[in-house]
Amino acid sequence: MDFQYAPAPESRAVVDIRPSYGLFIGGEFVDGHGEPFKSIDPSNEEPLAEIACADAADVDRAVAAARAAYDGVWGTMPGRERAKYLYRIARILQERSRELAVLESIDNGKPIRESRDVDLPLVAAHFFYYAGWADKLGYAGFGPDPRPLGVAGQVIPWNFPLLMLAWKIAPALACGNTVVLKPAETTPLTALAFAEICRQADLPPGVVNIVTGAGDTGRALVEHDGVDKVAFTGSTEVGRRIARAVAGTRKKLTLELGGKAANVIFEDAALDQAVEGVVNGIFFNQGHVCCAGSRLLVQESVADELLDRLKRRMTTLRVGDPLDKNTDVGAINSAEQLAKIRALSEIGEREGATRWSPPCELPQRGFWFVPTVFTGVAQSHRIAREEIFGPVLSVLTFRTPAEAVEKANNTPYGLSAGVWTEKGSRILWMAERLRAGVVWANTFNKFDPASPFGGYKESGFGREGGRHGLEAYLNV
Amino acid sequence: MGGAAELRAFLHGLPGVDQVGADERAARLATRSIKTSAKAQAIDLAISMVDLTTLEGADTPGKVRALCAKGVTPDPGDPDVPKVAAICVYPDLAGVAAEALKGTGIGVAAVATSFPSGRAPLEAKLADTRAAVRAGATEIDMVIDRGAFLAGDYLKVYEEIVAVKEACGDAHLKVIFETGELVTYDNVRRASWLAMRAGADFIKTSTGKVAPAATLPVTLIMLEAVRDFRDLTGRQVGVKPAGGIRTTKDAIKYLVLVNETAGPDWLTPEHFRLGASSLLNDLLMQRRKLATGAYSGPDHFTLD
Repeated sequence: MDFQYAPAPESRAVVDIRPSYGLFIGGEFVDGHGEPFKSIDPSNEEPLAEIACADAADVDRAVAAARAAYDGVWGTMPGRERAKYLYRIARILQERSRELAVLESIDNGKPIRESRDVDLPLVAAHFFYYAGWADKLGYAGFGPDPRPLGVAGQVIPWNFPLLMLAWKIAPALACGNTVVLKPAETTPLTALAFAEICRQADLPPGVVNIVTGAGDTGRALVEHDGVDKVAFTGSTEVGRRIARAVAGTRKKLTLELGGKAANVIFEDAALDQAVEGVVNGIFFNQGHVCCAGSRLLVQESVADELLDRLKRRMTTLRVGDPLDKNTDVGAINSAEQLAKIRALSEIGEREGATRWSPPCELPQRGFWFVPTVFTGVAQSHRIAREEIFGPVLSVLTFRTPAEAVEKANNTPYGLSAGVWTEKGSRILWMAERLRAGVVWANTFNKFDPASPFGGYKESGFGREGGRHGLEAYLNV
Repeated sequence: MGGAAELRAFLHGLPGVDQVGADERAARLATRSIKTSAKAQAIDLAISMVDLTTLEGADTPGKVRALCAKGVTPDPGDPDVPKVAAICVYPDLAGVAAEALKGTGIGVAAVATSFPSGRAPLEAKLADTRAAVRAGATEIDMVIDRGAFLAGDYLKVYEEIVAVKEACGDAHLKVIFETGELVTYDNVRRASWLAMRAGADFIKTSTGKVAPAATLPVTLIMLEAVRDFRDLTGRQVGVKPAGGIRTTKDAIKYLVLVNETAGPDWLTPEHFRLGASSLLNDLLMQRRKLATGAYSGPDHFTLD
């Protein structure tokens, strides 16, 4: 029998998007002096709000506000007092999680199921976790009384807007730093909602400053003399430019960049769960995940069976309205990103890989890309080497564990990897040899605030999360 | 069949089940939001899949006749409500049920083979089965010998199923694993393949007498097994979760699981059943709520 799920949209009524937003500097919303821009809903291309753009002078004011807050109140406040603010923020995030999840889905295009069940719980968990560290820094292994760095300039991407904000702001504040954060220009709304939450939590003015804008704003921030620490998550290309700009200065730098993760499936793996892992690895968040399992390495002896199962599973993926509670794959975040995904997919076809997608009706308006798998991919193909950052999976095969390791490591990136096998000893053998910051065993894309995250090679350096994540924000 | 060694090698050669992954998949499917027209469709489908069950020591002919009447006309106030799939009783009451259900198209399911423990000699189990079929049972719900299964004597379990299947004649055979006693998901997958190879028409989770009874992940694994078995052999085996399914919400979760695991071919009473008793009235209550916008109290629905 044909069982069609009726639309089950989450209500937009829980969010109140203002027609325009200013910059959040010194605890106040102020006008920007750059050319304002619009944030749009990527699922229908409707403009959502006009966003102020910070020019160099605005950034200067934000850094000055952060400095004043650092010198005047936050840098000298006892850790247990800072913790109270962080706990308060965490609780408000939980209380407002439904509203924030809807806002995130509207601005980013991700399915409400993910913003509700993954993003928001992790956002709150991050603040709770680092709140716990604020008065225990002397026991973190960085000396008896580690000091903060000062003002942190933080630039975050559009794929997990509020979660990346949490990864940046929670440890910085717990360690006693103040921050100036620039959200991505396509997804500023939840960061601006977070600014309101800072006011709601009575956070002292200037401890958190949000400057919106595009690349120029980000450049002004990371190059600003008053910034002691730069943290960036985004593309390897921009990360390189930031590394150049920061080189030779006193600034500490952490970079969390791109990836081309190998998801390695051995013939003895639990195949049905491995298929789920592949789906979670590459179609989670439309594949807009730096640690996405974009290269599937499957042992040749089970390749056909696994691919049959994967394709069958892909036909059940529900692509469409991000606010529908039954949607599995939402909208691509921007026209620019969609063009990039299309271009690389066409290159994949031209290079001789076989392209397959399930039958799928895409909405007329907005930015959409159907979940896609390429088989017959070779290491030398661009779709096996370059980060596509979309719902596109490249499938390669291997014969032996040694070959699997060799192929998995044969990439300039090294952010994450997955291993699927029922054999515990092989998991450990692989994990020792895979050059990736995170190795997941029989699962993929699992995050926890207590677990450090970061890359090898061109995937960046420095760790976020866990005890290790404190180091980036302490003078050690 | 190549005997005990071949059967053992086959069952142990099946891909493993990762418990964390299976639990996670079942939990995620349980978050599907089934509303309005889809909910109405699901409720009627669920009603038509119910094996309305009474399995008490205190069961009497009167009780069974009452349950049969309920199965034929679940909601006397609304003739559009579908009838249930079968009435499930102990073998000695199969004759009463068959008499009461004559001409209704509703199946008579009898739990044979020394239900629920299955601890009896094979001859007794076969006699139990034959008596039930003779009395008019159209479906036999047998239990496997969990002791033999856990001891690794798969051939004994296999041969028992084959023998009971033969004793069933034209009656459909449902094979109950009592997954609460098999415990691991690897065992559930092995038992599924074992029963299907032995000729089961349905595989069923539980007797309802052991906790945990039916769960979503266990049913997920059984649905994967019937799907894979059809791919391999062309024969479509049904699945019946039983025990602990009490609410419409639960029932709909199972239907979503079927839809997205085995597929729409299994969304019929011929291939999917819900073994339950109190579930039926909750389905009726939600059905009326959906139609009228208001809840009716429990006294507006018949006890049996």
